[in-house]
Amino acid sequence: MSVAPSSAASTSRRRFEGKVALITGAGRGQGRAHATRLASEGANLILCDIGDARPTSTPYDLSAASDLKTTASRARDLGARAITRAADVRSREQLDAVVADGIAEFGQIDVLLANAGIASISPIAEMSDVMWQEMIDINLGGVFKTMRAVVGHMVERGYGRIVATSSIVGRQGSPNIGHYVAAKWGVIGLVKSLAIEVAEHGVTVNALAPTSVDTLMIQNDAFWELFLPDKDEILHEEVVEAYRALNPIPEPWVAPADVSAAAAFLASDEARYITGEVVPVALGWNARNAS
Amino acid sequence: MRFEDKVVMVTGAARGQGRSHALRFAAEGADVIACDWDRSRPIDTAPYPLPEPAELEQTAELVRHAGRRALACPADVRDLEALTAVVAQGMDEFGRIDVLVANAAICTFSPVVDMSAQMWAETIDINLTGVFNACRATVPHIIAGGRGGRVIATASMAGRAGWENIGHYAAAKWGMIGLIKSLALEVAPYRITANIICPSSVNTTMMNNDASYRLFRPDLAAPTREDALPAFASVNVIPVPYVEPDDISDGVLFLASDDAWTITGATLSIAAGVNARNI
Repeated sequence: MSVAPSSAASTSRRRFEGKVALITGAGRGQGRAHATRLASEGANLILCDIGDARPTSTPYDLSAASDLKTTASRARDLGARAITRAADVRSREQLDAVVADGIAEFGQIDVLLANAGIASISPIAEMSDVMWQEMIDINLGGVFKTMRAVVGHMVERGYGRIVATSSIVGRQGSPNIGHYVAAKWGVIGLVKSLAIEVAEHGVTVNALAPTSVDTLMIQNDAFWELFLPDKDEILHEEVVEAYRALNPIPEPWVAPADVSAAAAFLASDEARYITGEVVPVALGWNARNAS
Repeated sequence: MRFEDKVVMVTGAARGQGRSHALRFAAEGADVIACDWDRSRPIDTAPYPLPEPAELEQTAELVRHAGRRALACPADVRDLEALTAVVAQGMDEFGRIDVLVANAAICTFSPVVDMSAQMWAETIDINLTGVFNACRATVPHIIAGGRGGRVIATASMAGRAGWENIGHYAAAKWGMIGLIKSLALEVAPYRITANIICPSSVNTTMMNNDASYRLFRPDLAAPTREDALPAFASVNVIPVPYVEPDDISDGVLFLASDDAWTITGATLSIAAGVNARNI
């Protein structure tokens, strides 16, 4: 496997000095990478991830409480102040408490990275109501509830940057993850609509559309089997090649830090007139569609 | 300094967005091949003053003033041979090309049913074929460099929707998106990305001219810029009449940076939210 070029995990630029970012799903994966990228550019952080009320339909274990502490500790090593909270993005009350605590601690929230999400697998014809509902509640409803908890504060201050994580399959269909696809298309509709509603208040709202990202969400037996359904024994190299085949730039996946690089651009003042936009961090997958 | 010792080729570099891109790259360490219209072949349909050769020279001077090397290369983007010669000169001088910014364009106004063949042809030749020519002349050298690279072309929000009175411009800009998405797939194995920026109105001569004011204020016989600004703003979702060339440069430099190595075949709208009402 070739070594991919990489986005800077840290940078000499300090675009978030004096800024405060709230990141959901910050325990690990992309959320953790977002935290360290923004911390390396001067931001203070409000970090949250799911508490005890676990969804039952994911074929992998969700982030543990200790993961969130590790993220905070890495951000602090980069000079950030950070607070952590367990919060379920399905709960308005818990998100309202996170926002209130964050404002009490830092006085402001400038950036929201609505990153929390799950993945699970089933053809639509066989999908359980629970699997559908958990997906829509977390990956779409969770983005709505997080935005809803923060956006009033941003409008009041006349400044805000909201970046929600959709997916390259939020721009097209894909088998076996129809619920995920529906939620991610929904995120884009939500983002574009909120962008219009808050445009006059100095708040921009954008979405990221990554291809496969190298996190536990795809690096698990269920997803590996999805790619190689007829194999008794799956070799890691075969999985790498199967993922690589999806992307015009011949890499199997992007690193979490690559998604963070685009999130940081959209969250910065360099993107002040970019809103309602979807940025594909997708190794060119999107070149084959209209997005 | 994201572009230390990289070499950037910019078309339409005499003024406006192209000059802004050249100077921003220079400020972050790049040398610049600055290309703009050489007057060898007329452009008759543009309703605003076209760039003067002295303006291109001034862009190069400003790059040098920023401490970087610059070549001012007058050439018509409709002429592939001329662009090929520019690129050869740039290779001789700098030894490499890392980034192409295909920015040169004109904008003229007419309903399709009244449009002259000349107006159609000039826009398609400059705004679409000109981008092909710039890619055709430059990308082989980026590939040969073996270090990856970047192509960034400037389309428009009119490349994502229909727009009255600029059907030819919209056709060229939609076409450019098809061209660059296809190029992106072809050069992906070489770690070269190819992307498109889609601005709404940008505060340059292309927007600031009487023909454009009349288009936006058909209710007035002789509208001024002040008359037109609210109409420009009414198109945008963020309530500003235009974005600045520097805002476009922010996006160009992001796409050209290492941070965006995963992004290709994409359109990036820097459009005050016009795109929020679209896909």
